[in-house]
Amino acid sequence: MRPLNVVWVQSGGCGGCTMSLLSSPVRDPLGTLADAGLNLLWHPSLSEATGAEVLAILNACASGETPLDVLCVEGAVLRGPNGTGRFHVLSGTGQPMMQWVRRLAQRASRVVAVGTCAAYGGMTSAGANPADACGLQYDGDTPGGLLGVSWRDHFGLPVINVAGCPTHPAWVMDTLVAMALGTFGVADLDALGRPRSYADQLVHHGCPRNEFYEFKASAERPSHLGCLMENMGCKATQAHADCNTRLWNGSGSCLRGGYACINCTAPGFEEPGHAFALTPKIAGIPIGLPTDMPKAWFVALAALSKSATPRRVRENATADHIVVPPPIRPAGRK
Amino acid sequence: MTRIVVGPFNRVEGDLEVTLEVEEGAVRSAQVNSPLFRGFEQILDGKAPLDALVLVPRICGICSVAQSAAAAQALAHAMRVDPPENGRLAANLTLAAENLADHLTHFYLFFMPDFARRQYAKRRWFPLVERRFQAMRGTASTDALGARAYFLELMGILAGKWPHTLAVQPGGSSRPVQPAEKVQLFVLLRAFRNFLQRVVFGDELERIAAIDGQAALDAWREERPAQASDFRLFLEIAADLELSRLGRATDVFLSYGAYRQGATACFAPGVFDGALHELEEPAISEDVSHAWLAADVPRHPAEGTTRPAPDKPGAYSWCKAPRLAGRVVEVGALARQVVNGHPLARDLVFRAGGNVFSRVAARLLELALVVPEMERWVMSLEPGAPFCVSGEEPDEASGAGMVEAARGSLGHWLVVRRGRIHGYQIIAPTTWNFSPRDADGRPGALEQALVGTPAGEGEAELAVQHVVRSFDPCMVCTVH
Repeated sequence: MRPLNVVWVQSGGCGGCTMSLLSSPVRDPLGTLADAGLNLLWHPSLSEATGAEVLAILNACASGETPLDVLCVEGAVLRGPNGTGRFHVLSGTGQPMMQWVRRLAQRASRVVAVGTCAAYGGMTSAGANPADACGLQYDGDTPGGLLGVSWRDHFGLPVINVAGCPTHPAWVMDTLVAMALGTFGVADLDALGRPRSYADQLVHHGCPRNEFYEFKASAERPSHLGCLMENMGCKATQAHADCNTRLWNGSGSCLRGGYACINCTAPGFEEPGHAFALTPKIAGIPIGLPTDMPKAWFVALAALSKSATPRRVRENATADHIVVPPPIRPAGRK
Repeated sequence: MTRIVVGPFNRVEGDLEVTLEVEEGAVRSAQVNSPLFRGFEQILDGKAPLDALVLVPRICGICSVAQSAAAAQALAHAMRVDPPENGRLAANLTLAAENLADHLTHFYLFFMPDFARRQYAKRRWFPLVERRFQAMRGTASTDALGARAYFLELMGILAGKWPHTLAVQPGGSSRPVQPAEKVQLFVLLRAFRNFLQRVVFGDELERIAAIDGQAALDAWREERPAQASDFRLFLEIAADLELSRLGRATDVFLSYGAYRQGATACFAPGVFDGALHELEEPAISEDVSHAWLAADVPRHPAEGTTRPAPDKPGAYSWCKAPRLAGRVVEVGALARQVVNGHPLARDLVFRAGGNVFSRVAARLLELALVVPEMERWVMSLEPGAPFCVSGEEPDEASGAGMVEAARGSLGHWLVVRRGRIHGYQIIAPTTWNFSPRDADGRPGALEQALVGTPAGEGEAELAVQHVVRSFDPCMVCTVH
C-alpha cells in the first residue's frame, strides 16, 4: 500500500497541538507516524522545506498533481476583517490562509481538524471574536464553518474533529494511525465529529478525587485536595474525553493538576457564561450536574452522602496534603 | 536591487514573512511581517480578571507557561497577594521546564537542520551533521524528542499538563507536591541532566557553566573531536562558517530578570549596552506607526490599545514596535546571561556582539546553568507547607507581570475596572526582536540584524535562515 501523504498547516491558533503531539509518550512520534505509513509532506515546525519549496508542495497538492491523502489543520480559520481573511495571510503567498485551507480541503481525501480551534473556532473565537474565527465545519456549536454543513471527504466522512485545547497526543496519533491502517470510518465519530475512541469517555472517569466526589467533600480554593465540581468550576462529569485514564505528560490531567476541567473538547467551551474557575449555582446547587442523571436524585444523593462523609474525607478535602490518613484495619488473622 | 519575499518561513513557531532588498549579494534592508492577528487583547476585554489565567496560555502553545506566569504575576500585583515559598518554587520549576524544553526544541528541531541542507554538502563536517540533524530523518530529533517528552513529565506532576495549565495561580500553585512526588521530580531532573551531559554536551553541566570566555571555549573545543557531542559539533560548524560574524543587531540587551528567589532573582534584571543599567519600566512604550493598527502616539503598555486598521498606508506588519526609552533592544537567553553577567556571554558580546553564534551558545549555556538550579528548587520544596494563598478578585486595580520566557522578556499590563478587565496589553519577546520600524524609521532588531547578510544562491541562500532562527522567534506570541 502506498504511504498516505499528509500535509499539516497552522492557521489561526497557538501551535499548542503540535507541541502537545511532540510531547507524546511514544517518545518518537515522527518515527511512529512514518512506520504506520504516513508520509509527512510538510509540517511547519518540522520540515526542511522552506519558502518557494513549500509553495511548490502546497500548490502540487492544491492542483491534484500530488495526491493529498490527509490534510491536518491546526488553529481556527480567520475570516476577518469583513470576510477577507486578511487577519492571516499565509506568508510568501499573498493569499489568506482561509483560501489555502479551502483549496487544500477540496483535494484532500480526509481532513482532520487538530484541536478545538480548527474544529469549532475555540479560544481564538472567544469574547467579541475580533478575528471572526470559526472551525472547519462548525462555527461554535453551529454546523457550517468554513467548508459548510454538506462537505464530505472522499470516504463520505465530515471533518474529523480531534478536539481538545490542546488536543492529547494520543488522540491525534490514534486517529492518524487508524486512517493509515484503513480502519477509521464514519461510525468512529460522535455527533460532533470527534473520534469516539476518546469522546465516548468522560473526564470524570478515573478522576483520583472520586472519593471526594462521592461524598461531595469539596475544595474551596486552589491547592485543596477535594472535589472541584461544587465550587471550582469543574465540568469533568459532562466533558467528553479520557484525560484521567489516558494521562498527560506521564501522570497529569487538569484535575490532577488541581484545577477544573473546562470541557475543552466541546464547541463553545471558550464562552461558558460564567467565570471559568467558579461553579455557577442556583440556590446553592451547581447548575452543571451530570448530563444523564435526574437532578432530584442527584440533589437527594448529594445530601445523603454529605451527611455520611467520613471525617477523613471532609478534612482532607480542604487541605493541601493528607491531614487524616485512612485507618488501618487488620487484613487477616495469623 | 532585487526584492525577495521569504515565506512561508518554517521551523519557527507560527507564521513569518521577511521581505529583503538585496544588492550585490547582500541584504540592503529588511522588513519583517508578522502576518497573523487574533486579537487576544480584545478577547480579554470585559472578562473576569481570573479568566485571564485560562485565556493567556492559549496565546501560545510553546510559551504557554510563560504567558500564565506573566498573567499570574500581574494578577498577584493587582490582588496584592504574594505566593508562599513552595508556590514560588513550583512557579520557577514549571517556567524553567518550559524554557529549557523550548531551548532544546529550538536547537534540535528548528535551528540545526539548516546545516544538514545540501548547500553545505562540500563542508568537511557535513556527513556528521546530515546523519545527526537532517530534518525529520536525523538521529538527533528522535533523541531530543524522547528526552524532552520525559523531561516534560515534570509538568504532569507540577502543572497537570503542558501546554495550557491552570496550575499557575496568583497565590502560588494549585498543585501541592507530595513527598513521593518530590523524589519523582528529582529523578526526572537527573535523567534530563544525564541526557544533556551524555548527548548534548559530552561533559558535566558544571564544567560547561564554568566556561568563562572565548579562550576557554576554544580550549574546550580543541580537547575533543567534532563528533564528541552535539554542542561540540555546533562549535565546529560555527567556527567553519564564522557564525559569529552573522546577524549582529543593536547590542542593547534587556532582561526582566528570571526565577525569583526571595527578594532577588536567579538571573538579575537590567539593561546592558556595554555597561549595565537598571531597568526603567516606565520607559517602555509601543509605537504603532508601521503596524496595521489605528494611528496613535507611542504609549506605555498600561495605557495602550489595540485597534486593527488593515488598510493603513505604510504599515507592513500586525506587530507593534516596542522601544525602551526610544531604543531598539534585543531580548532572549543571550540578553539574560549578558545582563546577569555570565563571563562567557559577556566575552562573546564584547568580541562580536549579539550574533547567530552567541545567541545559540547562550541558549545551550542556560541548559547547563538552570538544571542544577532546578535540582536545588526541587530539594527545597516542603510538602505539607502551603503551596497557595488566596486573595480577592479586585474591583479597581492595575498590575504588571514581567517574566522571562525562553525567548526573552514577556510583559503583561492589566487594568481592572468595576471587577472586569478594562485593559490588557502584552509585549512578547518576539514583539521586541521582530518589531517593524518605528515613527523615526528605526528598524527592529531582526531588521537590523539582517542588513549585510549574504543573500543569493548556494550557501548564501541559507544565511538569512540562520539569522532569523538565531532569535528563536515565536510568531504566535508576537502579535497575539
